[in-house]
Order: sequence, then structure tokens, then C-alpha cells
Amino acid sequence: MTRPRTLYEKIWDAHVVEQRPDGTCLIFIDRHLVHEVTSPQAFAGLRASGRTVRRPDLTLAVPDHNVPTTARLDAAGGRLPIADPESAAQLAALEKNAPEYGIRYIDAVAPEQGIVHVVGPEQGFSLPGTTIVCGDSHTACHGGIGALAFGIGTSEVEHVLATQTLLLQPAKTMEVRVEGEVGPGVTAKDIILHITGTIGAAGGTGHVIEYTGSAIRALSVEGRLTVSNMAIEGGARAGLIAPDETTFAYLKGRPYAPKGADWDAAVAWWKSLATDPGAAYDKVVVIDAADIAPSVTWGTSPEDVVPITGVVPDPASFADPSKQVAAAKSLAYMGLEPGTRMQDVRIENIFIGSCTNSRIEDMRAAAAIVKGRKKADNVKWAIVVPGSGLVKAQAEAEGLHRIFTDAGLEWREPGCSACLAMNPDKVPAGERCASTSNRNFVGRQGPGSRTHLVSPAMAAAAAVTGKLTDVRELMA
Amino acid sequence: MTPLNQVEGRAIPLGLKNVDTDVIIPAHWLKTTTREGMGRGAFESLRADPDNLFDRPEYKGAPILIAGDNFGCGSSREHAAWALGDLGIRVVIAPSYSDIFSGNAVKNGILPVVLPQAAIDRLMEVAATDPVFVDLAHQTVTTQYQDRFAFEIDPFRKMCLLEGLDEISLTEKSDAAISAYEKQLDADRPWMRPATV
Repeated sequence: MTRPRTLYEKIWDAHVVEQRPDGTCLIFIDRHLVHEVTSPQAFAGLRASGRTVRRPDLTLAVPDHNVPTTARLDAAGGRLPIADPESAAQLAALEKNAPEYGIRYIDAVAPEQGIVHVVGPEQGFSLPGTTIVCGDSHTACHGGIGALAFGIGTSEVEHVLATQTLLLQPAKTMEVRVEGEVGPGVTAKDIILHITGTIGAAGGTGHVIEYTGSAIRALSVEGRLTVSNMAIEGGARAGLIAPDETTFAYLKGRPYAPKGADWDAAVAWWKSLATDPGAAYDKVVVIDAADIAPSVTWGTSPEDVVPITGVVPDPASFADPSKQVAAAKSLAYMGLEPGTRMQDVRIENIFIGSCTNSRIEDMRAAAAIVKGRKKADNVKWAIVVPGSGLVKAQAEAEGLHRIFTDAGLEWREPGCSACLAMNPDKVPAGERCASTSNRNFVGRQGPGSRTHLVSPAMAAAAAVTGKLTDVRELMA
Repeated sequence: MTPLNQVEGRAIPLGLKNVDTDVIIPAHWLKTTTREGMGRGAFESLRADPDNLFDRPEYKGAPILIAGDNFGCGSSREHAAWALGDLGIRVVIAPSYSDIFSGNAVKNGILPVVLPQAAIDRLMEVAATDPVFVDLAHQTVTTQYQDRFAFEIDPFRKMCLLEGLDEISLTEKSDAAISAYEKQLDADRPWMRPATV
């Protein structure tokens, strides 16, 4: 009889090419996603050593970080130039490297272009039970469909391009079980913010987190991608959610997904991956879904989470002395006083987008709050950035873009945008942004920017009231 | 990659917890197609303060950095390791690291030493005035005051650092095993190849 195994262990075991005597394993990589920021030095390395790409068929490249979210084509259909010469050079490098090495490439003006972590599942390129890597820490996202997916550095990008493998140590396993039903106004984003606040920014370090429990099972694939996306914010390189009928229904018929008899064989294998009864995790955290409120961050670490009904904490209230120092620094940077009600914090900027929250469900949730309302006067800049051209087209078919623009929000082209401000979309120094992205780090949305992480519905609520707002007060 | 064994010199007593990769190297410095020159953007937000540690004469070119828990959390950008390397840092000492950062560091000849907070506190004290000594072969951090802290490191990482090993060359020796795996995968799960569009 075989030992009961977790989902992670089953995927890992199915990908071991070779085990070294010191325990390091050579792991086969099924899918490699490539974008323009972390790949140029890897291609330069291949060129310098005269190596080729071993499996271009398993590699997909798409530009997302640097692309402007303003119009990319002129009225005559010609490509508009990219103003920033450095961004233009990075984009040009990918456009040259992909065809040179025979890699499939989605062009910046193609209808399928978008954020790599939105495009992968949307195209059926990301599949359950596969190993997926990308030179981006939010690759954890694809764990939402049950793929073992994690971010890698540029040396590893080069290693995967050259060998289609990585040298890895097995991770420890951690189960985060969310049981019960969430209340109204509580979304996948609030679940993962609450989890991050509970386990801490390093709570999952060295582990792969499997999210389980009835509240996770009840999520759509979009919601599951949101949860797994931020596994890395809790320190875990990868997150996982067992693939089920919800996952299969989402993937069936997608361009790169298996077809016909292949599909049936795939589903049978995917079903066999679920964690066995009796399998043990190295660490278990149980959360009651009823305890989760619409959530918001107050500091500069994603663990700095409070319910929207809460107040800015006093640094002295933390037991850990180093957290007291960090919290005091965070509050100085954020321009916040302990005891301030989160709902009294005024907001000048709104960003709805990023690989965490830019899928169709996110667009619908934000639009439902904005509908029939107007952007508050003190909100100077409010942009909605769909995660891909296909999300954009779907939203437009549903008329969501009109709801946003009628309210005074801008409707943009797809890309990473103000999540990390590599393109022109930045939050000015000293100003606040209610953002649906994943990181509230110092300077993340532009030098001096102050980020409050929230769900799309909560960002929409802040857009119409001009301050952080409990979205439940705006729900019909 | 430059091999690394013994490193001695001043250690920058940063000490902060959760130093993220956006602090180590902000995103606007990532708009490059080479690995060089990242040191100019390293710790930009901290160095905006004229009295910052990094630009004090005694810590200029210091080969060691001391930090708090969860150093290098956040993004997978290897630019963070390149930036540290460009500053001249060969060793980071902290209670814990993000998984991706510590891997990136090793691949760039930077040793991430893990020591408990009490050891960090003592080294922070010493680093204010005196140098710190790191010995990878013997896995110790010592000072001129009889302090001796032993650390653990994964044997594979230790070997890579000591020998300055190029992982791709190492993996290429397993070419036959990779080919055999690919063949078996095509037989067992042919649908794993992306469908033709």
C-alpha cells in the first residue's frame, strides 16, 4: 500500500527526472511563461554560451509589465510608438528573442495579449497537475487551477530555456483550510488578505500552501486564481487548489487545452491528484470564513491587514519588537496615525487591475458598485485595467466599460500597469491609492506612493466615496 | 560565477524585517536588458535619507549585510541579487529569507547565512565598530571578540558557492535522463503537450 500523499507531493513525484544524492531533484517543467522584464538577460546568456531553447513548444511569451495601457494603435490601425525608450527596448528585445528561438509569442497588439498570469489559464496553456514557471513571483497564481506554479529568477529562466528542468529541493507542505460561508461583500481577495494577515508575510516560507475547505471550494476559478496569486505574499513560493468540476468546466474548450479523448484522459488524471485521505501536512492553519470581513491594508507589508471596520493599529500593540519598529516606519511612510478609523482614510487614486484582480468577475464586481454612481471629486485618478484583451472584449460586450466611464473612471488597455508602475501608470508621491493589486511595499506604485490593498468591489466603493469604505454599505 | 569561501570586512547593520525586493531594487531600475550597474538603484528609498547606512564612509563597499526576518520577500527579480553584488555584498546574514531570493543569491555567488535573532542582535552590535568574519567551508560567522556562530546550509548550495558552479552545465550532464523523461511523458500523458491551435 502506498503512503497517502498530498496534492503537492503527487505533482512533485510525477515530475522528478532525477534525484541527486544530496536530495536535490531535477524537476521537469511543463510550461514556461516568459515576459519582457526578466527574460532579456536569460536570452543573452543562451546566446553567449551558444545554447538553444530545448522545448520552445512548452514556452509562451507575452509582453505585459511595460506596455502602456493607453491606446496602442492609431485611427488607421498603425502601431503607436512607446514613449519611454527603456520600456521600448525591453519590449523590442522580447519581440526579437521569441521568434529567434521559435517560441510562441503573443504580440502587444494581439487580441489575446494580457498579463501573463491571466493569459495562461485563459488560453488553456496552464493546466492542472503541470509544473509552471515564469520569471515573476505571482506565477503562484496558476495554483488556482491546481498547477504547481512558482516564480523564478532570471538564472532559472535561462536554466529552463536551456534544459526544460530546474534543480529544486522539495518544499514543506502547509494546509490553509477556510471552512464555512463568507458573508456579503466578502470576496476571494478578502479571503487571501485575511489569510496573509493571519499567517504573516513569512508564514508560508519554505512551504507550498494548499488552500482547502468549503469556502475555497465555493470560489469560481477567477476567485481561486486570486487566492493562489497571493500565496507568495504569505511567503509560500506556490499555492495550490485541488482541481475539480469547477476547474474542468473553466478549462474545457480553451485553445491549448486537450481535446476529445485527450480531454477525458486528462480529467481522469487530474481527478487522481487530490490529496489522499489521511495525508499529513507539515503545518495546518484553520480559518472560519465567518471571521473574514471586507479587508484593507494599513502598512507597507501585505501582512498589515485589518477589517474595513477596524482602526490603524498602534505599533506598541505588537508583541514582536522588530514588528513594532517596522509598524512605526510603515505608519510614518503611510502618513497614518494609530487609532484612525480605516473608513476615515481619504483616497486620491484608484487602481482596479493586476494579475490578482483583473478577470471578468473582478470587472463585474467593481461595475456593480460603480453603476449609477459618480467618482468622488477628491479622487483624481481612477483607472480600470482589464487583465487581457479577451477580458476587455467580454467586459465591453456586457457594457461594463460604459458603467466605468459614465462614473468618471478610465477604461484602459490590458497590462500590469500601476501594480508595479513600470509603465507610465504611477501613483504620485505622498498620495494614496486603493488598489486591487498584491503589494503595498514602499514605492511599489511609484516613488513615495501609499497603497491600500483591497478587493475590486472595495476599490470601486472608494472611487465613489473618496475614502476607504465598507462596501456592504453600498450594496443593494 | 565567482567562488566564495571566506569573507571578512565591515557588515552593514541594516537590521530591518521584511526588506522586500522593491526596497532592494525598485521596479523602474528593472528596465534594462543587462545585469550590470544595478548598484546605483540599490536601496534607493533608504538612500534618499542623506544619513543612510549604505553611504556612510565606514560601510562603503562593505561585503556583508545584516538584516531582519524575511529578507528579500516579494518579487522574483534576480535584479535584487545583482544589485547587492554590484554594491560589493557577498554575504547577507538574517534570521530568514524569501525562498526565491535565497536561490537567486546563491546563483550569483552571494551567501545567505541564516542565524537566530539573538546572534543577529550581537552581530549588529559588533558591526557598528568592527569587522565580521564569514567562513563557508566551516559554516561559521565569527568576530574578534570570541563570538562564534555556526550556521546550516543546504549541501548542494554550499558546493555551488564554494566551486562557483554553473548549474546549467551541471544539468546538461543529465541530458539522457531528461530525454528519457520526455519520452515517457509523451507515452503516459500525451495530452500534456499544448493542443495545436
